[in-house]
Amino acid sequence: MLFRYLLILLVLLPIKAFALIEVDITRGNLNPLPVAVSPLAIDKSSKENFKKILKKENLGSEISMIVENNLKQSGLFNPLNKDAFLQEPDIANLKPRFEDWNLIKAQALVTGKVTFVDEKLRVEFRLWDVLAGKEMMALAFTTVPSNWRRVGHIITDKVYERLTGEKGYFDTRIIYISEKGPKTNRIKKLAIMDQDGFNNKYLTLGNELVLTPRFSPTNQMVTYLSYFKNLPRVYLLDIETGMQEVVGDFPGMTFAPRFSPDGKKIIMSFAKDGNSDIYTMDLENRIVERISNHPSIDTSPSYSPDGKYITFNSDRSGYQQIYIMKSNGKNVKRISFGNGLYGTPVWSPRGDLIAFTKLHKGKFYIGVMRTDGTGERLLTENYYQEAPSWSPNGRVLIFYRETKTNAKGEGFSAKLWSIDLTGYNEKMVETETDASDPSWSSLLSN
Amino acid sequence: MKLSKTLKNGFLILVSCLILTACATKKTETTGQLQGDVYTGSDSVEYLASGVPDRVFFATNEIVLTTASRETLRKQATWLRKNSDINVVLEGHADERGTREYNLALGERRANSAKDYLMTYGISSDRISVLSYGKEKPVDSGSNPLAWSKNRRSVTVKAN
Repeated sequence: MLFRYLLILLVLLPIKAFALIEVDITRGNLNPLPVAVSPLAIDKSSKENFKKILKKENLGSEISMIVENNLKQSGLFNPLNKDAFLQEPDIANLKPRFEDWNLIKAQALVTGKVTFVDEKLRVEFRLWDVLAGKEMMALAFTTVPSNWRRVGHIITDKVYERLTGEKGYFDTRIIYISEKGPKTNRIKKLAIMDQDGFNNKYLTLGNELVLTPRFSPTNQMVTYLSYFKNLPRVYLLDIETGMQEVVGDFPGMTFAPRFSPDGKKIIMSFAKDGNSDIYTMDLENRIVERISNHPSIDTSPSYSPDGKYITFNSDRSGYQQIYIMKSNGKNVKRISFGNGLYGTPVWSPRGDLIAFTKLHKGKFYIGVMRTDGTGERLLTENYYQEAPSWSPNGRVLIFYRETKTNAKGEGFSAKLWSIDLTGYNEKMVETETDASDPSWSSLLSN
Repeated sequence: MKLSKTLKNGFLILVSCLILTACATKKTETTGQLQGDVYTGSDSVEYLASGVPDRVFFATNEIVLTTASRETLRKQATWLRKNSDINVVLEGHADERGTREYNLALGERRANSAKDYLMTYGISSDRISVLSYGKEKPVDSGSNPLAWSKNRRSVTVKAN
């Protein structure tokens, strides 16, 4: 349903390559850019129509609030309070009075307009450089009204890209495990939500244990571990149709699945007789290939974005460490050499870094290192946290964190958190229930 | 929002009830239940038959069977030989101080370590299946060395 959208992007004016405002996202941003997100203008009849269809009082304000919230959550922008805005939305969209916006210290301004056209939602928006008094970008698109939240995310992606020079990550979803109940008897369900926590949906009923869902780069498929009939196996699920199937025909537990970057293979561990090795299955011809062959535990495989290498977790040195090898299993090389244990390596979509979980002296860390193991940087420390997943632009990591219970074993919780690659802007991601094992989709529109 | 909040509170109450009852029966001394960091107590142990404990415990990150574990498994083997119609599942577990995927592999190794030992006492591999739960099914919700030691286990469960 979510994918059956109609989206026509058309550029109203060519984007001019002025060296206007720039937001540097390569370092921790302690001075987020002040930006004014004007409510999108809406005419009376459009307002009535959308109210009827979407039960939203003012769709223009609602969409601008999505943009505002996204920008704020990124940590790079500081959306200004709307109470201070002097100019009406419809007039601002035509010609902002820059001195008014300057007065409230806005450096960038987002304006726009929503209209109801042929049963569809038409949105146009503009990004303005307040100091230079210039338009930086103008776009319009048309979609079905039910996509209104995605419209807010797409606008944010465009604004983010124009101001930072890098693609955004807002029109995306998170697949994760929803958790409920006491620690000794957790009920776990597969769940999916928009990146900002809205449109939450449960994909399984909680009858069997499910773990570690991962998005396909093509977005419509998910691979995960299910204990259906008490047989832990890797499954492939089409989130549009709900169809699912077991991946391969293995005489034992398969786990730790991920897609290859082209979405055509699943890489995973297969455990037999106390030995876990890494295998792939081609989703087209169903051919299974053994990639690693070692009596130690080899698990948590993750491809490099070009598909040429695999990073994985092995205890062949005696303890859990991170390794890389060619995608055919050759040239195995250990890359983690710091103190402690290392797990859950995940290759960045940009290719230059590997994110990981580290356990050292009773603390868990989320960190990153270069693909040759140098430049290790720990981003966050806690009692228990693991399983980082990259935002599609490689700038943010989402992971989960569990709390320590008290002397009586009470107070357990599991939550999703996100943190910038810079180590700044650490935030809890709100979910309806407790949550773990997050996986970030790629951009839905492009 | 409100509904989810009341639900959450409901769960909290449920959790604390469970824990209170567990504590009421458990008020024994916590010392002397660990040797190294292997659990040697019996409060979570159940019995397959009189005198046949159902589980063995492991040290952190280890799959090696202790002397006590081997003794337990020999008792299980004797019992299995006497009850040749019974098949078993060995459920391997890990504590919460490890990454989920590695722990799934570790649980599988622990259960296989127990399976191998049962086989050396003449139990056919056809009668034993192995299932790893990793860190997913702790018996003790505590965040302390004693709780972790109870959770690092392989449990022999009747399959039929």
